[in-house]
Amino acid sequence: MSGAVSSLSTPANAVVTRRAVTEAAWLRILLTALALAFLGVFLVVPLVLVFQEAFSKGWQAYLAALTEPDAWHAVKLTLIAAGLAVPLNVVFGLAAAWSLTRFQFRGKQVLITLIDLPFAVSPVIAGLIYVLVFGSRGWLGPWLEEHNLSIIYAVPGIVLATVFVTFPFVARELIPLMQEQGVSQEEAALTLGASGWQTFRRVTLPSIKWGLLYGIILCNARAMGEFGAVSVVSGHIRGKTNTLPLHVEILYNEYQFAAAFAVASLLALLAVVTLVAKSFLEFKHQRDRERATRAAARQEAS
Amino acid sequence: MSIQVRDLRKTFGHFKALDDVSLTFNSGELVALLGPSGCGKTTLLRIIAGLEYPDSGAVLFSGADATFTHVRERGVGFVFQHYALFRHMTVFDNVAFGLTVRPRRQRPSRGEIAERVHRLLELVQLDWLADRYPDQLSGGQRQRIALARALAVEPRVLLLDEPFGALDARVRKDLRGWLRRLHDELHVTSIFVTHDQEEAMEVADRIVVINQGRVEQVGTPQEIYNAPASPFVYGFIGDANRLCGHAADGWAELAGLRVPAPEFGQSEPRQVTGYIRPHDIQLQAGDQGEGVAVRVESVSQVGAALRVSVRIPDGDTSLQVELPHSGGRWPFQVGEPVKALPRAARVFAG
Repeated sequence: MSGAVSSLSTPANAVVTRRAVTEAAWLRILLTALALAFLGVFLVVPLVLVFQEAFSKGWQAYLAALTEPDAWHAVKLTLIAAGLAVPLNVVFGLAAAWSLTRFQFRGKQVLITLIDLPFAVSPVIAGLIYVLVFGSRGWLGPWLEEHNLSIIYAVPGIVLATVFVTFPFVARELIPLMQEQGVSQEEAALTLGASGWQTFRRVTLPSIKWGLLYGIILCNARAMGEFGAVSVVSGHIRGKTNTLPLHVEILYNEYQFAAAFAVASLLALLAVVTLVAKSFLEFKHQRDRERATRAAARQEAS
Repeated sequence: MSIQVRDLRKTFGHFKALDDVSLTFNSGELVALLGPSGCGKTTLLRIIAGLEYPDSGAVLFSGADATFTHVRERGVGFVFQHYALFRHMTVFDNVAFGLTVRPRRQRPSRGEIAERVHRLLELVQLDWLADRYPDQLSGGQRQRIALARALAVEPRVLLLDEPFGALDARVRKDLRGWLRRLHDELHVTSIFVTHDQEEAMEVADRIVVINQGRVEQVGTPQEIYNAPASPFVYGFIGDANRLCGHAADGWAELAGLRVPAPEFGQSEPRQVTGYIRPHDIQLQAGDQGEGVAVRVESVSQVGAALRVSVRIPDGDTSLQVELPHSGGRWPFQVGEPVKALPRAARVFAG
């Protein structure tokens, strides 16, 4: 509802705002210039530099850096980590948001606070706790060794660390949304004879779809870009436990700047794609609303 | 279908929402659950719907126990105060929802569903809105669509939770009359919750007055208004003058007014509270005749009635009096002495 209302009222509001603003022109220009300069220095210039450095030794070197086996392995590992972390956190986020907004129980506040924990602690600590639990000198280390299982300095550890640092994204996006929507639509579906699954698929999911997609995009971006936590549990074994961000660091430390930036450009590209996808979703969401409103207006007129 | 509830109890924490409620709703009647907010009326409705379960007691549908039957299997149509329409679906899809979620074997064909939805939309007079989204409808239209959606599954009973509570006064009045006519057409057993006594009086066949989780009175609108069973009902339904006093030998003395109180035949005076409707007091100009001498405090005209406030000299008590008035000069002026005589009163102990 708010979507349609705001999109309808935007043009009218804009006119009113322009008139109501009392700031002088020079101040407005100054503030805008400041904001643009800030964005330029901290965002655009570094982004351009990444690509410039990446191509500093030409196309051939760029492609070589990306197709090199270690780099290729890092890409695959990053995709595996994100490919596991994102679905897991979607399931977790839905379950958490559902239970927190649909049921009353003791310790609800504690659970909400715990969901935020990965945002609150340094990713390095997130990595360290897994080393302490699963590492060779950790709690479960000896047992794991006996059974020939390795978690730390191996793929499972990387996935675990990634899941940990990214788990608030989906839940955080959904909780306020589902809280605001309340339960009455779901209750209505139940009284109309829908099963629990039908209610979820046909009523709950469509009404949280945009929030969910948004959470997934943010979760994925973070999963692919995570450095700190993964760095601690990975052990930096080339071609084995290196993700893209770790590979960039190794190359950089070995003074292979062009290669480092070439790989970094992949991550930068991911960021750009993420932002485009996010804007596209917002745009599409708004357009759907506007289209419906226009159709209604046409019908009204005829 | 008839509905019975027996000895229902429900508490939320320390709050007693329902305290031993037993009621019978006859087949085909339209009943209002009336009470102040927080009195438990919505909880009762939700327990009948199966959206809430009682702590103890039973719900019977046509005599069969349905206390713990899942809401899905109860066959109730529920209309929510804030409509609860599916925002991402068109009006058509909203109304069709209950039919499309049926198991494949019981599901009507597409054509049948479309036909039924359009018939329902015609019934609520909104067929032209089928392709709209709920956002694009007014409050009154939304509630009518919500009603059509609830009726689509051919419910055995229709439950409405403050159906007009979120609408403005004018639309509310229109919809009331419309709901009554719709019910006369469909004859499905209907229960609606309201805190608006006028709404209950106008629409319902019978009214259940609820206060603090208990049933205060059940009766037709006339019975409830003319013979309130408790001080609460007297105060809640319609206007009333509330006067304290004493009663003995079949008469009560209320701030100087003497009214019959046959329930108090004892010779020892007992403390009582009396209620007198404003239109049950007669005023006579001058200081002659029966009744208690009072002085006119204010006079105002509301529609075809004259509202006169009079003060009883010995004390701070004011009486509100309502007289029919057909225009012309007001028969009483402020400051004038008059005689007030109650024609009917109801006296309760305490």
